[in-house]
Amino acid sequence: MMRRYIAKRIAQAVGVLWAAYTLSFFILVLLPGDPVTAMAGQGMDSAPVDPARLEALRAEYGFDQPAPLQYLEYLGRALTGDLGDSVATGRPVTQLITEALPQTLLLTASALTLALLFGGALAMAATYSERRWVRQFLLSLPPLGVSVPTFWIGLMLVQFFSFRNAWFPAFGNDGVKGLVLPAVTLAVPTGAQIALVLAKSLSTTLDEPYIATAKAKGAGRVHVHLRHALRNAALPALTVAGLLVGALMANAVVIETVFSRNGLGRVTQAAVAAQDIPVVQGVVVYGALVFVVVNLLVDLVYPLLDPRIVLAPTRPQAVAA
Amino acid sequence: MVSEPLLQISDLAVSYRTRSAPVVAVDGVDLVVHSGETVALVGESGSGKSTTAHAVVRLLAGNAQIERGTIRFASQALEGASERELRNVRGAQIGLVPQDPAVSLNPVKRVGEQVAEVLRLHSLSTRKQAALRAVEVLDRAGLPDAATRARQYPHELSGGMRQRVLIAMAIAADPKLIIADEPTSALDVTVQKVILDHLQHLVAESGAAVLLVTHDLAVAADRADRIVVMSEGKVVETGPTAALMSDPQHEYTRRLLASAPSLQSPRPVRTLPREDSAAVEHPLLDVQDLVKEFPLPRTAAGPSSVRAVDGVNFVIHRAETLALVGESGSGKSTTGRLVLRLADPTAGRIQFDGTDITRSGHAATRQLRRRAQLIYQNPYASLDPRFTVAETIEEPLRVFRIGDKASRRTNARELLDKVALPSAMLERRPAELSGGQRQRVAIARALALSPDLVVCDEPVSALDVSVQAQVLDLLVQLQADTGVAYLFISHDLAVVRQLAHRVAVMRNGRIVETGTTEQIFNEPQHEYTRELLAAIPGQAVAEGVQS
Repeated sequence: MMRRYIAKRIAQAVGVLWAAYTLSFFILVLLPGDPVTAMAGQGMDSAPVDPARLEALRAEYGFDQPAPLQYLEYLGRALTGDLGDSVATGRPVTQLITEALPQTLLLTASALTLALLFGGALAMAATYSERRWVRQFLLSLPPLGVSVPTFWIGLMLVQFFSFRNAWFPAFGNDGVKGLVLPAVTLAVPTGAQIALVLAKSLSTTLDEPYIATAKAKGAGRVHVHLRHALRNAALPALTVAGLLVGALMANAVVIETVFSRNGLGRVTQAAVAAQDIPVVQGVVVYGALVFVVVNLLVDLVYPLLDPRIVLAPTRPQAVAA
Repeated sequence: MVSEPLLQISDLAVSYRTRSAPVVAVDGVDLVVHSGETVALVGESGSGKSTTAHAVVRLLAGNAQIERGTIRFASQALEGASERELRNVRGAQIGLVPQDPAVSLNPVKRVGEQVAEVLRLHSLSTRKQAALRAVEVLDRAGLPDAATRARQYPHELSGGMRQRVLIAMAIAADPKLIIADEPTSALDVTVQKVILDHLQHLVAESGAAVLLVTHDLAVAADRADRIVVMSEGKVVETGPTAALMSDPQHEYTRRLLASAPSLQSPRPVRTLPREDSAAVEHPLLDVQDLVKEFPLPRTAAGPSSVRAVDGVNFVIHRAETLALVGESGSGKSTTGRLVLRLADPTAGRIQFDGTDITRSGHAATRQLRRRAQLIYQNPYASLDPRFTVAETIEEPLRVFRIGDKASRRTNARELLDKVALPSAMLERRPAELSGGQRQRVAIARALALSPDLVVCDEPVSALDVSVQAQVLDLLVQLQADTGVAYLFISHDLAVVRQLAHRVAVMRNGRIVETGTTEQIFNEPQHEYTRELLAAIPGQAVAEGVQS
């Protein structure tokens, strides 16, 4: 039963990957210009480029073909695992990405961990507090965290922790210290959203009759909060966390640029600027892959948290008369 | 009786903060419970009985406040006790059996764990022992195969079993007082009887006192040594059960007694004009061999299904009330839905006024909606909260394009008048109405198209007894006026006796017995029918009242 479910989800994932690939291809094709022109324009020497040379380059990469033909050719090769070569650097796309991916995964995973820890703690504290003003204050923090732009948070952190105090490096990929500021920056909006959802879910759960039952047994507030409410309230927050992985990957592009970190974000930024279609396509496919895998994991965790959830395809049960 | 009472509440007042003004829920209540005694706290919704009971263990809603009064329990003052002191009392000295077993257990914890938690919280046993003792306690609470059940989750147990788990939690630490807040009102009558019997037996064994909160005077009469009647936050009458039931002093108690269906003699139900043989030969509704299967989740054994309705036959004549009686899961509601074509039958035939509607298409089903209507159980959920009363009642007329705006409004006013509501209510929304008023609006809506048949699915089970009686009277009156037929679905035989001409008893998807109401009540043939009749509370008292 479980195997059937996972097989079905993998089939769905393949569909998602294909859709992401196709959509990104046509968006890139619709952009004015092409990679060859972009490359020529970027040349340091402003000498006029020989039009015949450009035509030859276009033919080499297949940009002279009609878009649907190009698409089929790229797709055919992608199915065999070959995502093509970068137009700008000539290196294989898979190699470019596998080099950059670990740094980005490290960054997003640290950010997600921080977000879950601090977002969760904030939600717990806000719903635990009996003082109205403490509660109100804590609950006003997440909307603030969501609404402030990520790059601005990054710049503020660098200003304070690198330039004024030199506690953490302002850029680069050096070790754990270099990871702190970008991970914190990235974690702020994510953690804020997790805190919002968890706090809402916790306060609903705390009104449930079974919470009153637990109190009637003589359980203290901490016990009730941790042992009874949290696990019941965790599901919506978990769902949101899974969806936020997509936003984290997107934000990583900005953060890696702000902190001059090497990673998938930088690769993407450079590729988009150069209209390097094969690389952008590759990044989209890898991004979608991570997203799909994380959300599959989230779905597999559900039944562990809540025994009422069964993953196997169910039909509506008999309604009680 | 001991001189020092176990629980003594004096001049208790509790109010709820609301946006406008504080609402006083309990206003100067005095209540005494002695050791080993069962006291029933009886009243209708909003009487303050639950608030009083919860105030004892200080488990009130966040916006509630104890204004004045004292609560002394075993020479300890609880009204101002600290959180820590309360924790030592809750669960250990006072056990609480909550109202609704469906939502009162933590859904993500095994039931054994939840019972063991009581012992662990009060350091009454070690982790290992607690698990074993939890099984013992569950067994004592009457849960069959307790060792296996202890490892299951609440959703894997039936309502009755869950209530036993809740009782097990309440008795686990051998408390001196058990507060049971409507412990069985969400359960079927037969289950209710078994559970209350068992609770009574447990209490007799341990010598604990019980404060039984209930809306059902019949249940109170069967179980309590003394009865305390509450109304609008005040105690209106207190007395030993026998005395209070046979000679109620307060006018409110008398009214409560008069409206409790199980304590009443059956009202004479108007007999049908049976001489008209044509009417008998051509019933309004003819259901033959009706079957409804629901597929179950696939298992290793391949696809399987459950038969919710399993070969049901019945007819309903014009102006007749057929009651479909059974416990939850018996298939009675599904049968009602099939008749209205809200679900497709797996097999069988349904004829409405001579036309086969078993597989009727969209247009034919729409025509059926004009002639067959539905009144639902829960008037709090079945009315659109954004519609005014007028909009609700006019909607059926509007969708069938009957009349113009003005005539529809006149129609709505007349319908409202029929269900005894003032026309000033037309512009109100459901939130501004009481439960009884809402159900009247639902009835008016069902009658808007002058249907031939109305399926009433537990129309009064969410209402207070005195309101129940009014709504039942109304249904009978409307039948006399309009000649509408009812398919009256209910779990409550006492209610059914008040208005049904014939009764069909359902169990496990089958009709086990059909007969006139008199036959079913006086000469039940099937053993299950007899079981259902025996489970109606308050029978001994009812006989006493009548004689």
